[in-house]
Amino acid sequence: MSEMQMLLMVITMALVTYIVRMIPLTFFKRKIKSRYIKSVLYYIPYAVLSAMTFPAIFYSTGNLYTALIGTAVALILAFFKRSLLTVAIFSCLAVLIFGFII
Amino acid sequence: MSKSISNLKFKQGVKDGLPIGLGYLSVSVAFGVKASLLQIPIWITVLISMTNLTSAGQLSGIEIIAGAGTIIEIILTQLVINSRYFLMSLTLTQKIDSTFNVKSKLLCSTFITDEIYAVASSRPQKINPKYVYGLALLPYIGWSVGTLIGATLGNFMPTFITSALGIALYAMFIAIVIPPAKKERGILFAVILSTLFSCGFYYIPYLNQISAGFATIICAVLTALIVAYFFPIKEENDNE
Repeated sequence: MSEMQMLLMVITMALVTYIVRMIPLTFFKRKIKSRYIKSVLYYIPYAVLSAMTFPAIFYSTGNLYTALIGTAVALILAFFKRSLLTVAIFSCLAVLIFGFII
Repeated sequence: MSKSISNLKFKQGVKDGLPIGLGYLSVSVAFGVKASLLQIPIWITVLISMTNLTSAGQLSGIEIIAGAGTIIEIILTQLVINSRYFLMSLTLTQKIDSTFNVKSKLLCSTFITDEIYAVASSRPQKINPKYVYGLALLPYIGWSVGTLIGATLGNFMPTFITSALGIALYAMFIAIVIPPAKKERGILFAVILSTLFSCGFYYIPYLNQISAGFATIICAVLTALIVAYFFPIKEENDNE
């Protein structure tokens, strides 16, 4: 693929991604009244993040065992309400260190 | 229409965006490395990050580019993988205050990512454009700079580092989800149910033929529909 073709692909990707994000925010103006719909929208982000994380996290390091250790560290630190950054860094460190041991 | 105006400041946004920015910095290094291993030119890789700002979508994008795929393939995969942003964007329409005009909506749309969305929607009050710009600033810079670093150093970086970076994004997701799940039964239930569905789509024959992006949407919508029925949110008294 030439660089021009790649550029065309990138522009297409960006446009599609942008349109998906832009349409609801820009054009949907109503205030949702239904308590049920509001509840559904409330739970969506947590459901999305959970579905994206599991089981993909187990295969994120190329080694199931280091990934399990990294996951455990993330769960424990998150349970004790550490910041996003702390959780991410220590999870990576755990994978790194455990990778040397096994 | 409500005339509510949020008092959130740009500075508060920047502060909230710092951990996301640092997380993105490490994750985008991993993305840059991956792109360099696929022989994609550095400027193309950085341009992808600066114009897309989405991890899963970009990853599948460079795989399609490297595999000499078609435009149609790009459009379809981006639509499916990124359709969750459609839901998030829809949710945000209920969260923005009355100072949002068309221009700020058009600009803020660019920054709807899983993490920025999660932080913005976990704010107890309404959000205004200034806060969103502040919130998006460091993640955007981190994502672009990290990509540049990864794409430049990719071929020299040892595997043990790149594979450790692979878990960063997921660890951050866990950090977003667990604390509220401890506090609210409904969220806890949503996390567990969605995880179970997602594992089903991953391990059960036939179901695992469905693409990851599409599976995510099905899991999330199904989970939210069920959990919303059993754990409806408390109606707050909107000052309208």
